[in-house]
Amino acid sequence: MTTSTSPTPHAKTAVGNPRPSPQWWLTLAGAVLLVASAFLSWCYVPALLGDLSIDAYPGGLQLLMVIVGVIAIFFLVLRSGRMPSMDTLLDSARALKALSATAAGFMVLVALVIALQAPGLANANPGLFVGIVGAALMMAGSWQMASDPLVDPITVRLPSWVEILVIVVMMAIVLFGAAYALGQEDGTVFCLFLAFLGGVVAALARGGLFSWISVIAARHRQVLMMGALAVAFLFPFTQNGSDANMSIATQVLIFATTALGLNIVVGLAGLLDLGYIAFLGAGAYVSAMMSHSAFAHIGWKPPFIVVVVIGAIVSSILGLIIGSPTLRVSGDYLAIVTLAFGEIFRLTVNNLDGNNGPRLTNGPNGIPGIPDLEIGSFNFGDTHTVLGIPLGRFANYYFLMLVVAAFIIMVFTRLNNSRIGRGWVAIREDEKAAEAMGVNTFGLKLFAFAGGAFLAGMAGTIKAHQDVSVTPDQYIFLESAFLLAAIVLGGMGSVAGVLVGATVLKLLPEKLRFVADYRLLIFGLLLVVMMRFRPEGLVPSQRRALEFHADDEELADRIEEVHLEIAAEPDSAEAKA
Amino acid sequence: MSTPTLQPPTAPTPPRFGAPVLEASGVVMRFGGLTAVNDVNLTVREGEIMGLIGPNGAGKTTFFNCLTGLYKPTEGEVKFQGTVLPPKPRSVVKAGMARTFQNIRLFGNMTALENVMVGRYCRTNALALTSIIRGPKYRREEAESRRIAQELLEFVGLGHTSEHLARNLPYGDQRRLEIARALATDPKLILLDEPTAGMNPKETEQAKDLIFRIRDKGLAVVVIEHDMRFIFSLCDRVHCLVRGETLIEGSPQEVQSDHRVIEAYIGQPDEDEEEMVAEAHAHDEAAPSTPTATDGRMKEDRA
Repeated sequence: MTTSTSPTPHAKTAVGNPRPSPQWWLTLAGAVLLVASAFLSWCYVPALLGDLSIDAYPGGLQLLMVIVGVIAIFFLVLRSGRMPSMDTLLDSARALKALSATAAGFMVLVALVIALQAPGLANANPGLFVGIVGAALMMAGSWQMASDPLVDPITVRLPSWVEILVIVVMMAIVLFGAAYALGQEDGTVFCLFLAFLGGVVAALARGGLFSWISVIAARHRQVLMMGALAVAFLFPFTQNGSDANMSIATQVLIFATTALGLNIVVGLAGLLDLGYIAFLGAGAYVSAMMSHSAFAHIGWKPPFIVVVVIGAIVSSILGLIIGSPTLRVSGDYLAIVTLAFGEIFRLTVNNLDGNNGPRLTNGPNGIPGIPDLEIGSFNFGDTHTVLGIPLGRFANYYFLMLVVAAFIIMVFTRLNNSRIGRGWVAIREDEKAAEAMGVNTFGLKLFAFAGGAFLAGMAGTIKAHQDVSVTPDQYIFLESAFLLAAIVLGGMGSVAGVLVGATVLKLLPEKLRFVADYRLLIFGLLLVVMMRFRPEGLVPSQRRALEFHADDEELADRIEEVHLEIAAEPDSAEAKA
Repeated sequence: MSTPTLQPPTAPTPPRFGAPVLEASGVVMRFGGLTAVNDVNLTVREGEIMGLIGPNGAGKTTFFNCLTGLYKPTEGEVKFQGTVLPPKPRSVVKAGMARTFQNIRLFGNMTALENVMVGRYCRTNALALTSIIRGPKYRREEAESRRIAQELLEFVGLGHTSEHLARNLPYGDQRRLEIARALATDPKLILLDEPTAGMNPKETEQAKDLIFRIRDKGLAVVVIEHDMRFIFSLCDRVHCLVRGETLIEGSPQEVQSDHRVIEAYIGQPDEDEEEMVAEAHAHDEAAPSTPTATDGRMKEDRA
């Protein structure tokens, strides 16, 4: 069913190494040994790394090596020429090399941990060495493997149910991976999991899986969006009522939602806003003041939806006040003024305590004791049981934030793909020319600024209830910097990128103490490394990638091809319009 | 120096020209001590192709910028269809005056179609809320923009490249795309700043044909060009600027045979002019080193 229209159709036997070659068998043996080792005991000490002492079934981290082994075997099967349609899409040799390196690195790390914490390698069981030998065999086997010629994934069209299945499977993996990762309480285990994840992702990326998936994803945007939403929606059901992880997940979601709002300002309109957190704070304070908290000084408590609207409007008015004088001048001034605005906000709420100004915010003490939200008869503080799974307080807020995030994503994508979005791109590309073509540059920039503030205000009203208290030190410059870092890390102007960036920046400090202690150092280094090697971010939008690689003709041609391909499809063109 | 007249008696305006679209009178543009444009009068009528020539540094592009609101003239006024426009490019475009740029200023990372659709911006009015809700009215407007943009691409001969990135287009196509983008603003007057710079003779011929077709749509056209053969075979009237001042305005035959024009181009450059040339050189990077820019070919390598 494949319509492989490769310009250079190649016979399977044309590749240098006839297969199955000795290398192939060696790698297979290694992968099998690796999987087998997971069914043996690695260590006498059960308390280490989530119990590696069990025979007969994979316990704790051993499961990860089973996954590596299975993926390696999959690539080996691919390499034997049994699935020609997939073989041309994926570079099995590169993937196997990276997988072997991952397995070997992982086994060495485990051995190190056993040596240091068990303590001593004397506590290791034969299973560990079987695993190490397996990884070494894989390394040896895949070392000299020659890469196959690949076809451009754009030219390959599998039946659409296969492509959709790939998306669904990918989403399921994301869901279980997230649940598993969050379930790891132990910092060492989490680190090892990250090492495994990084290795496998790198291997699959080198194997070309992601460039294929990105083509599929572009073809089935709606399915992808729905899938992502479903995964996010299902996540609380995997937690069995545990509040610890849901609290983290909710914080990640709030952070990501705010970053998405900022991404409209930074990523779409190209305005550098260093005080964005103040808009979140404005929304949060409005919400806190109208919450009937014992410490709030406004006695009025309208329905929550009204509070959301008021918070958002207050934020956007602040945005207009800051934006209208500064947006007329060039970008650097805006950055300075917004930076100052963030500080002004913090100092103002610090001082509106009745001594220096009106008694509104209680100064540094903030407004504690904000009651839980109640929409209709649904109290967000209670635990509700759905399908036998208890969903606690954080899960409730998580769902609410999910709705807000979905709303912001919709606003983001629809604006991006409209008259206004085209205006923004034109301004980013050449402001003078845009102006000369009749684009209202000032108005569009002001709208982006105020609109971004509006969305942040919205998120802030919910954040206040979720956090229970609102204090000035939650809304400091550092938070704005982290929001920007999430965008830069993930990819400016890209929804998926910002979600990834926000998750990385918020999740790592929560799960790893040493990251939390040195987070400024680590994130700073991370950003420097990113700027050097991938300035467009982890999951960039195509246009931004082009902007960062102005000289890369190949990239431009490639993006154009994807574009032509998508434009040629009648249904997706309709979805675009 | 001849007194510039709105309608030189020797070149009676043929009857097919309608009412004046653009009337610039006494335009002066000074940058500090430098007078780039000095007391220039220009009238362009409906359906007329006006050529604007002059050596490098004569102030042609500066004059364009005065007309289109990028600069506010130090003195004088620019009337478009009888009203003085505020010196804001946006209002000027909205009123119906569009332009292209000497050094192509397309939005490179957008597709050709999107570039032209940006030109539709000022003729559409979907606001943020309608863009988010996407009701039938929004869809209709968007589809209409898309259709007009596609038609314009076909009009300039780029119909097949609509989904290509602007930066990937060949140089000549980029120039035509810029014209399509300007046309998308529904102008009554279009100002073309060196539309054939860097084109080969065949493309120049196509460009000429395109400008005639634009004129036939009822638009007035003002063209800056260095290619004399091109300008004299294209324009109804030619306006020659030297050192910011009008040298002569008249029919192509008149201007062509005027010895001062020839002098201005190939005559002995005096000190003053050398300065101008040096400045023009600094200004647009790849201008030829001698002031004998009688042919646009010399600018070919610039891009």
